[in-house]
Amino acid sequence: MAEDLKVDLELDLKGLLCPLPMVRVSQNITKVPVGGIIRAVATDLGSLADIPSWARTTGNEVVKTERVDKEIIFYVKRLK
Amino acid sequence: MEQKTEERKKATIIVISGDFDKLFAAFSIATGAAAANMDVTMFFTFWGLRALKKNLRTGNGLFGRMIGLIEGGDITKANPSKYGFLGIGRWMFGKMMKSKNVAGLYELRQLAIELGVKMYSCQTSMQVMEIENEKLIDEVTDTAGVALMVEQAQKSEFSFFI
Repeated sequence: MAEDLKVDLELDLKGLLCPLPMVRVSQNITKVPVGGIIRAVATDLGSLADIPSWARTTGNEVVKTERVDKEIIFYVKRLK
Repeated sequence: MEQKTEERKKATIIVISGDFDKLFAAFSIATGAAAANMDVTMFFTFWGLRALKKNLRTGNGLFGRMIGLIEGGDITKANPSKYGFLGIGRWMFGKMMKSKNVAGLYELRQLAIELGVKMYSCQTSMQVMEIENEKLIDEVTDTAGVALMVEQAQKSEFSFFI
């Protein structure tokens, strides 16, 4: 994706395991404006499936996922 | 919470087990569903009441006191359904989970409360097991019976019995 992602909130989810990474994203999503982006850094492999799934059920969007070593970096956009 | 205008989906979880692993699953599902903007209702019955108890002795009569002694303690005293070994399993699981940074049962329950999960205790099993209201944590929404549970389950997208 070529777009520049402006991050509104950083979340450190390293070391947390299911269900915490997804729950923490959900607790923080209303802290960014609609259209805003959370950059969440997790290490739980389960969150690779969990956070996009949470986004689908809540009507939000994971616009980008990166993997750097053991870190999984999600860019979650609040859509409503 | 947001989404007041839309009808929020519901989930019902009935918890009859007081086992560590099953409570862990129940609270994981509850917090996950609440995070997905669902209204979650949990009903705790029989051994599941451990999840709502304060760390106090329960029971009045001989049998009630006996159950209170054997099933004594709060959510932190839940033993796993396998490898119980008179509390060694609980200690072992506690160590393993801490080293892996998994939330403990107590933390998961607090998280569920924070997320607005409703928790009902079953009136009948409280009477049978001689557990009074004062012996349950203050966050319990109310005591209830099967009619309320059925009403909630009817309106739910999914209902689990754990």
